[in-house]
Amino acid sequence: MNWLSNWSPSWQWFHRLGSPRWFYQTTGRWLPWLSLLALALLGTGLVWGLGFAPQDAKQGNSFRIIYLHVPASFLALAGYYIMAIAGAVGLIWKMKLSYMVMKSAAPIGAVLTFLALFTGAVWGKPTWGTYWVWDARITSMLILLFLYLGVLALQYAFHSNEAGNKASAILALVGTVNIPIIYKSVDWWYTLHQPATIKLTSAPSMHPDMFQPLLVMILGFYCFYVVALFLFTRAEILRRERKTTWVKALVLGESQS
Amino acid sequence: MASGFSAYLRRDLLLAYRRRGEAASPLIFFVMVSTLIPLGITPESARLAEIAPGIIWVMALLATLLSTDSLFASDYQDGSLEQLLISPQLLAMPVLGKITAHWMVTGLPLTLASPLLGLMLSLPAEGYVPMMASLAIGTACLSLVGSVGAALTVSLRKGGLLLSLLVMPLYMPVIIFGSATVQSAIDGFAWSGPLAILGAMLAAAIALCPIAAAGALRLTSIN
Repeated sequence: MNWLSNWSPSWQWFHRLGSPRWFYQTTGRWLPWLSLLALALLGTGLVWGLGFAPQDAKQGNSFRIIYLHVPASFLALAGYYIMAIAGAVGLIWKMKLSYMVMKSAAPIGAVLTFLALFTGAVWGKPTWGTYWVWDARITSMLILLFLYLGVLALQYAFHSNEAGNKASAILALVGTVNIPIIYKSVDWWYTLHQPATIKLTSAPSMHPDMFQPLLVMILGFYCFYVVALFLFTRAEILRRERKTTWVKALVLGESQS
Repeated sequence: MASGFSAYLRRDLLLAYRRRGEAASPLIFFVMVSTLIPLGITPESARLAEIAPGIIWVMALLATLLSTDSLFASDYQDGSLEQLLISPQLLAMPVLGKITAHWMVTGLPLTLASPLLGLMLSLPAEGYVPMMASLAIGTACLSLVGSVGAALTVSLRKGGLLLSLLVMPLYMPVIIFGSATVQSAIDGFAWSGPLAILGAMLAAAIALCPIAAAGALRLTSIN
């Protein structure tokens, strides 16, 4: 394993990630730019999508909730992967920072899943005539919400951070079997929810005038997610590393200035 | 490796035999809750027949959930779990033995008692064989998946309620295909499809769950 110990530049970033202090300082430099980018994208996407995109031929203006519903659902699913992968990295490489990322990803993902379900219900009323149906994708999104809540509950049930970290990492990993099922549920079962409109492999089945603002919104949500994850993780770092000298110096320095 | 499996299978079966009252409670729960359904919903046999497949499956799930808590609890309390953890053999095999014993004490009696419940809830005649087949495979899945949750919460003082929160979302695919097996048999369709999916889930669960449960036991019960 000589190549690993040589600290080649391509691995250096990975080892540095293990240091909460390095993460805190680096993300501190990135945060203003990322927040600006997220704000700009979300602002542009919202104004473009809600104000200027053409009306849908059948659904009228009610379709516009898609600009919140689809990005929130995207991130709710992607967020679970981020949480599970962070948990796996923690279990394999014993990296304490990745547990903090995992713990921070859980509440954000739960809120996004709830947002996806809520906007879906609001959209369902004018389109399908009901707020809630027990359709395959909606039910699996509800299960996703339960999975997030389970990870959160397990994390807080343990008194020691360490045991809670490992336990919720295992639970998050076991729960990942559910994600492909949710993702493919609209293709596998014939249900009320429409199949995916946006695919990487083929052109979207949507008019470009409607699709472009949606793309901007999805990018904006990704940036917003990263900003939120950074903020939650930074707060968690400060809480867990409060006994270290650099955090003490940071807090004292901030209070003096 | 295999000796760890059979040793723990025999040990847990013997323990269950010694504590017969405790082992019988999921089965009694299963039968007793079924009497609530005609009282709470309707005693009319036509309407009962409609909901019988789902109700029987839901109650089998709850009865399994009720007993999953005790899978590692007594071993944790009397210290024999620590003996198991420091033994040099692969931990997943004894864990699989314990899970198998758990299934033989809870899932198997539920499966065998289910025709009685089918009769009480006026399940149509075509439903009995698929119900027993799907319950036999499905409750084994439930025991396997539940073992991961039981291992994660074994060191917590009030782990019981938390365990059901953790495990319930993972149970849902099993109940979907379990009741689909019975329902499609009653509706006159081929029921081998959903049963085959249940079998696939069981195969995946046998391969993965003992490893995950063993990992969870190592990580959470030591400190």
